[in-house]
Amino acid sequence: MTGGSFGDFVARAAAAGELVVQPRMGVPGPEGMRAGLAAVRGAGVRAAGTITVDSFTRVGDHLAVHQALATGAELNGYPIAAHSPETTRSVLNGLHGADFPVQVRHGSACPQKIVAALLAAGLDATEGGPLSYCLPYSRVPVAESVRAWAESCLLLSDARERGARPHLESFGGCMMGQLCPPSLLVAISVLEGLFFRQHGVDSMSLSYAQQTDPDQDAEAMAALRTLAAEHLSDVDWHVVLYTYMGVFPRTPHGATALLQRSAELAVRTGAERLIVKTTAEAHRIPTVAENVAALVTAGAAAARAEPGGVVEDTGVLAEARALVDAVLDLAPDVGIALVRAVERGYLDVPYCLHQDNAGRTRAFVDGAGRLRWSRTGALPLPAGSAVPAPDPTADELLRSLTHVERAFDRG
Amino acid sequence: MELDAARPDAARLDIVVSGLASDAHTWNLVYLQLVLEEMGHRVTNLGACVPDGLLTSRCGQAAPDLVVLSSVNGHGFQDARRVIGPLRARLACTPVVVGGKLGVDGTGGHAEALLAAGFDAVFENADAIAAFRGYVERLAAGVRS
Ligand code: B12
Repeated sequence: MTGGSFGDFVARAAAAGELVVQPRMGVPGPEGMRAGLAAVRGAGVRAAGTITVDSFTRVGDHLAVHQALATGAELNGYPIAAHSPETTRSVLNGLHGADFPVQVRHGSACPQKIVAALLAAGLDATEGGPLSYCLPYSRVPVAESVRAWAESCLLLSDARERGARPHLESFGGCMMGQLCPPSLLVAISVLEGLFFRQHGVDSMSLSYAQQTDPDQDAEAMAALRTLAAEHLSDVDWHVVLYTYMGVFPRTPHGATALLQRSAELAVRTGAERLIVKTTAEAHRIPTVAENVAALVTAGAAAARAEPGGVVEDTGVLAEARALVDAVLDLAPDVGIALVRAVERGYLDVPYCLHQDNAGRTRAFVDGAGRLRWSRTGALPLPAGSAVPAPDPTADELLRSLTHVERAFDRG
Repeated sequence: MELDAARPDAARLDIVVSGLASDAHTWNLVYLQLVLEEMGHRVTNLGACVPDGLLTSRCGQAAPDLVVLSSVNGHGFQDARRVIGPLRARLACTPVVVGGKLGVDGTGGHAEALLAAGFDAVFENADAIAAFRGYVERLAAGVRS
């Protein structure tokens, strides 16, 4: 069973003027996972399916997975490496295909077992990256993650031999979920795309997550497309937008409005795909029904939205370009360049506790609601990129983290 | 005694803040560290995805006055219940507390089982931070003074 290519499916939708919407959804048991995929497929929108992997599998604790399965304990996703390939094939059978591709989402710095399991089950689309699934997701050294992701890219690209066109998405646009300025998100997405290409992947997507200000986000999306066009002209690529990944509105009306704004942003900026969030986000793992409702809401908002409009230049492209160029100058091999860039603080993610992250940068939400640097550490950025400010107190940090939540819950 | 914001040394606690083995979230840890430092305590933050063995050995070495565990990914109940035994073997009398979103369905209700398993306090309600501040204040008032 090869299901047609993820990249082709998205390209066909884009040619038809339709945004692909996709949930974040992982159900521990095979029956529940199959029912979830069937509900997404039948939602009446142009959707891609998702299998989200549980956190024990993500960190490689396969013993804890088996204990949870044996005792019926709760898992926060589908343990794809514990279920047999036959089981996962039976989950997908008759659902997964050229008109309904399924992507495996995992958050693992060393994903070889997960990649092997998804390939064995006949799938070939997944996501992550050597930085985006290492720094915010693990305590694995960056150099080790780079090796693991190089291996994973090779495993994936080998699937071309069976007639598939494997697809890999960079999660670089979602670093830490929040409070990471747009230029760094754009730069990491592009750099991970270059890393994937170097390791044989020729169909990919680059991500960006909705932040605190729609105009700043539109500018960042344009910068992402510009740099992707410059650096990745010889591979198939598209842009995937994520509905806000930080502290989410608690009210149904606030959560719904934020989702709608993200669908509008996707259409305005020409994103081909949108990963949605549900009204349960602030509280617990969403149900399948909540996920389907979010897809329908996003699809309807996208259908009403208009592409284009003015994008102001406040320097996001110049910053992102400076970061990408400085990192690529560190070594001809992209993986080595990434390791050196983290070592030197050329890529330094605000508030990231990972032991390899330099930890000398800070960001905040300014009075106008835009995300700004307050400290840039050793980032190779143009002068004047930061608005110096003292480090926040606990209350001030929480105020930045909940800026979006409060605005939408009030609204 | 000192009346300014700085705490007298005797009431300054050495605290280990840590995520649990399967949990990658860190904003909770960053926030808890700031809260405790602003209360005048010293914090060692072990970060995310801390394997059981690393957590017990680091706590054993540090011999802290308080261990604060946090998890929000939904596996907290399982991760916490598994690690408290080995932690207790190293730190028989040190207060160990846990908080966050400990299950996947948002209903809470894990306190009883975790207290029975050996935790000193569990914070998973909406007023968790206020209750936690009170707990730490009482601990600081009673420690080494
Ligand atoms: C940002 C975020 C992320 C970022 C995290 C980046 C990072 N390194 O920190 C990224 C994108 C990487 C991420 C990943 C995942 N996430 Co997440 N994430 C969030 C989100 C949107 C915000 C969390 C946040 O930053 N809060 C800000 C901090 C300051 O607050 P807090 O963590 O809520 O903690 C507060 C209280 O809980 C309490 N507290 C916490 N711990 C303790 C401890 C003590 C002692 C005390 C007193 C109090 C206390 O105090 C804090 C302040 O009030 C939440 C949903 C939301 N809230 O909107 C989901 C959420 C926490 N994530 C969730 C999940 C499941 C995951 C993933 C497993 C992916 C998935 N399946 O969806 C992975 C994690 C992988 C892993 N190995 O664990 C779920 C958890 C479900 C549940 N518990 O029922 C949530 C609720 C989303 C959802 N509805 O599905 N996530």
